[in-house]
Amino acid sequence: MKLEDYELGGINIKSSDFKKGKVLTTEWEPNLKYAWDNGVAIGRYLAGLKEGRIIARICYQCKRIMLPPRMFCELCFRPTDEWMEVKDTGTINTFSIAQVNWDASRRGKDEPPLLPAVIEIDGASPGMGIMHMLGEVEPDQIKVGMKVRAVWKPREERTGAITDILYFKPLRAPAKKAGARKKTKSKNAAPARGKR
Amino acid sequence: MAITEKINNTTVPTFWEGEIPVRYVYTYGLAGEKFFRAVKDKGTFLGTRCEDCDITFVPPKIYCDRCFNKLDKYIDVGITGYVETFTITFHNMDGSEKKVPRVLAMIRIGDTDGGIIHYLDESIDYEQIAIGMPVKAVLKPKGQRKGSIEDIVGFKAV
Amino acid sequence: MGMRKVAIVGAGITKFVRRAQETGKELSWQASKMALDSCELTLDDVDMVTMGTAPDAFDGVHMKGEYLADGAGGIGKPYMRHFVGGGTGVFSPIHGWFHVASGMADICLVVAEEKMSSCHPHPQGAFLTIFDHTTEQPLMPTLIWIFALEMNRYMETYGISKADIARVSVKNKHNAMDHPAAQIPQEITVEDVLNSETLCWPVNRLDISPASDGAAAIVLASERVARRITDKPVWIDGIGFSIDTAYWATRDLAYPRYVETAARMAYDMAGIKEPHKEIHIAEPYDPFDYKELHHMEGLQLCKRGEAARLTADGVTARDGNMPICPSGGALGVGNPIAATGLMKIIEIFLQLRGEAGKRQVPGDPRCGLAQAWGDLMQMGTVVVMRK
Ligand SMILES: [Zn+2]
Ligand SMILES: [Zn+2]
Repeated sequence: MKLEDYELGGINIKSSDFKKGKVLTTEWEPNLKYAWDNGVAIGRYLAGLKEGRIIARICYQCKRIMLPPRMFCELCFRPTDEWMEVKDTGTINTFSIAQVNWDASRRGKDEPPLLPAVIEIDGASPGMGIMHMLGEVEPDQIKVGMKVRAVWKPREERTGAITDILYFKPLRAPAKKAGARKKTKSKNAAPARGKR
Repeated sequence: MAITEKINNTTVPTFWEGEIPVRYVYTYGLAGEKFFRAVKDKGTFLGTRCEDCDITFVPPKIYCDRCFNKLDKYIDVGITGYVETFTITFHNMDGSEKKVPRVLAMIRIGDTDGGIIHYLDESIDYEQIAIGMPVKAVLKPKGQRKGSIEDIVGFKAV
Repeated sequence: MGMRKVAIVGAGITKFVRRAQETGKELSWQASKMALDSCELTLDDVDMVTMGTAPDAFDGVHMKGEYLADGAGGIGKPYMRHFVGGGTGVFSPIHGWFHVASGMADICLVVAEEKMSSCHPHPQGAFLTIFDHTTEQPLMPTLIWIFALEMNRYMETYGISKADIARVSVKNKHNAMDHPAAQIPQEITVEDVLNSETLCWPVNRLDISPASDGAAAIVLASERVARRITDKPVWIDGIGFSIDTAYWATRDLAYPRYVETAARMAYDMAGIKEPHKEIHIAEPYDPFDYKELHHMEGLQLCKRGEAARLTADGVTARDGNMPICPSGGALGVGNPIAATGLMKIIEIFLQLRGEAGKRQVPGDPRCGLAQAWGDLMQMGTVVVMRK
């Protein structure tokens, strides 16, 4: 058989085709809301963040100090053993300079890029990274391997959420201009998310 | 440097709230497009028929799901039928009581094998409804039809 | 091991398009019908059906597998859906293989479908919810971040440039010029890729495959039946699949360990000792251009960090020593997630039969491989095929 010998299905339509009613469509907005239980480990993790501390969990068998904390070790397949506070400093494993929002819409002209990174936290086992944001740094100065420190929300504003850490900033880099994460209202409002 | 403090609040159930922020725009497909165009423009229902399997599909399909034949002849099956089965709803989605109960029915169209799920006209006394009762679709006036299931107001007794 | 030999004997596909007028059921039927026609079988001949399709959140249909069943020929038959994210399409033949190798079915129809265009404003919005709801979603990530982070780490670890990676996109979009189902075949240059819009540095627009609608299908048969159906069966000689942790930020982002584990499973089964010599042609998953390189290394087709050089030297071109993604891949043919993996299986099937038309690689390839990867960048699926 050859694909070339067949008349293939799949009729491409343009979005203008259904906006103009050339192709009939129907719409649906699911409007689903969730309340995800935090469980023991993440519950403790969030409580720690509210206190300005990063809490990990140790497995005595493989000796890993794990972030985010978990009540079971997925490698040893046994319960983990102990809580442990790790530092709020770390090393950039990798980073990006993002010009798009969560829904693939573009950042506005006046909006700075988002700076997501994987940060390996000091005190946790090597390679134990978490995803978070970078701030107070010019995008072109960010390097893999750079040492960073968490910038926390003021104590009274913390709610017990991953966003109690505003971002991580370089430990030593010459912070030319602060406010890389200058607050600008995005035209694409984020969907409601919050802790209870 | 393990934490020595007593952890006594870890079992307090806490949760995180969120939603899945998507919406959908569905095309009707090749057969669906034909079906709803006919409702909108001609005020009638179309079906497709597989002669090999002796099945008439309403709403139409572009294929027979029994033998996989391609079906591309659309036939006008009219807008009358009979109640195949029904249920009476007394409550709204939020649990409150309806002022007038609504009857949701599966309507077998003509002598086809297909059917349409829709409401029966509110003027029908729900205690009089029976399986097998002949009904006819009530459509919105032509100018108000958009090509959707909502172009059908409901089915009324013939 | 007491398992029966399984062959691919037929194939079908729809065009891959940004927004299809057909419903998912209709696309499934178009591909399935073509697959049965291609080997002169009817639905009556089919014992069992498997359906591969990725998140329900794309099509906006919950229980999508069940919804698609009648278009896939599943009515009144043993029918099962499988789903491992982006790895789904190459898991499809694996799922079907179990049905036939076990002796439960002589003929199994394997279908894969995706209709991403229903999801608005963009399928990326649905991807938000694959991140951890408590520790990651509040940062409002897009899936492109995760690729950008991985690509940057890969570049940093091996000293690879964006231009090195862009060559993959140039090659695959060029290869797709000859694929009848292709969505975005293009003749572009490395500069075009580098100058295209930066989405999440280091990822530019032309580094990424598009969102697509489409379906694909194959027919699997047991050895005895396959030889009656065709004189050119293509044998599934090795299957492998493996998953890594969902704590993705704790993984080695420069190397896809899950692909290596899956590949080793498939190679052991197929008796392959030196993959870079024994595999003549490969279709690794390329939703992003660096992923092709990443996956070539995980598949042991070259040493770590070496795939970019092979690409620059033309080794992976269609007329090179080791053609990679001669179909045009996800970057060129398009990326309706589950259907993409099966499109890759179909490409190897046609190449090994010498039926790939203008896309045919020279040198009579006898052994090929298709691979996909998915979930939270953690699932590897591999199929080794021989003629
Ligand atoms: Zn352990
Ligand atoms: Zn039929």
